[in-house]
Amino acid sequence: GMESGFGSDFGSGGGGGGKLDPGLIMEQVKVQIAVANAQELLQRMTDKCFRKCIGKPGGALDNSEQVRTGGRSGDPRASSSGLPLRLCVPQKCIAMCMDRYMDSWNTVSRAYNSRLQRERANM
Amino acid sequence: ERSGAGRGGSAMDAPSAAGLGGADPQLQRFIEVETQKQRFQQLVHQMTELCWEKCMDKPGPKLDSRAETCFVNCVERFIDTSQFILNRLEQTQKSKSAFSESLSD
Repeated sequence: GMESGFGSDFGSGGGGGGKLDPGLIMEQVKVQIAVANAQELLQRMTDKCFRKCIGKPGGALDNSEQVRTGGRSGDPRASSSGLPLRLCVPQKCIAMCMDRYMDSWNTVSRAYNSRLQRERANM
Repeated sequence: ERSGAGRGGSAMDAPSAAGLGGADPQLQRFIEVETQKQRFQQLVHQMTELCWEKCMDKPGPKLDSRAETCFVNCVERFIDTSQFILNRLEQTQKSKSAFSESLSD
């Protein structure tokens, strides 16, 4: 499995010698950075979409918000949308929120990049 | 070449990559580039979170143009705020009065 954190031992892949392969290290670091970014995004998205879609937690949601996919036969695989069953959440709201969060993230990324270009051009 | 929100602020500069990566210039360069990329990513995460609160009322089937404009403005204002704060901190530290006194605004 993939090691987490930056403290893992990179030297063991060298095959006997003490020399570390910089290319290998760089690839591993890039992967770890990508994973960390994905986790960051996931954490913030979950926070925001929970806030937008879930009212008072517990049984207080009205039935129109709760969408349980499939489930009549009790077979966990019998789902038309492929989503896991018996998750008592407003799935449509959350799905839409996730997409809008990604749109927002991309918009912010573009805007920030533009600003940086402008700053560099003005120096 | 500068990245991130700050213009000056020597106290805010990241440590140079010279100590990291040892003598290998390739690794050094790699660390510099990745560090810069990460700074960018982190700011995008932070601004998206903040601007979401200001610009997103009810998530709809797409990001409408008003919300999109709001996000763009929000990014600009955030960077402006960040630069202002850095500059003013620099100035208040340079001036004769004690740092904590100058924060009594």
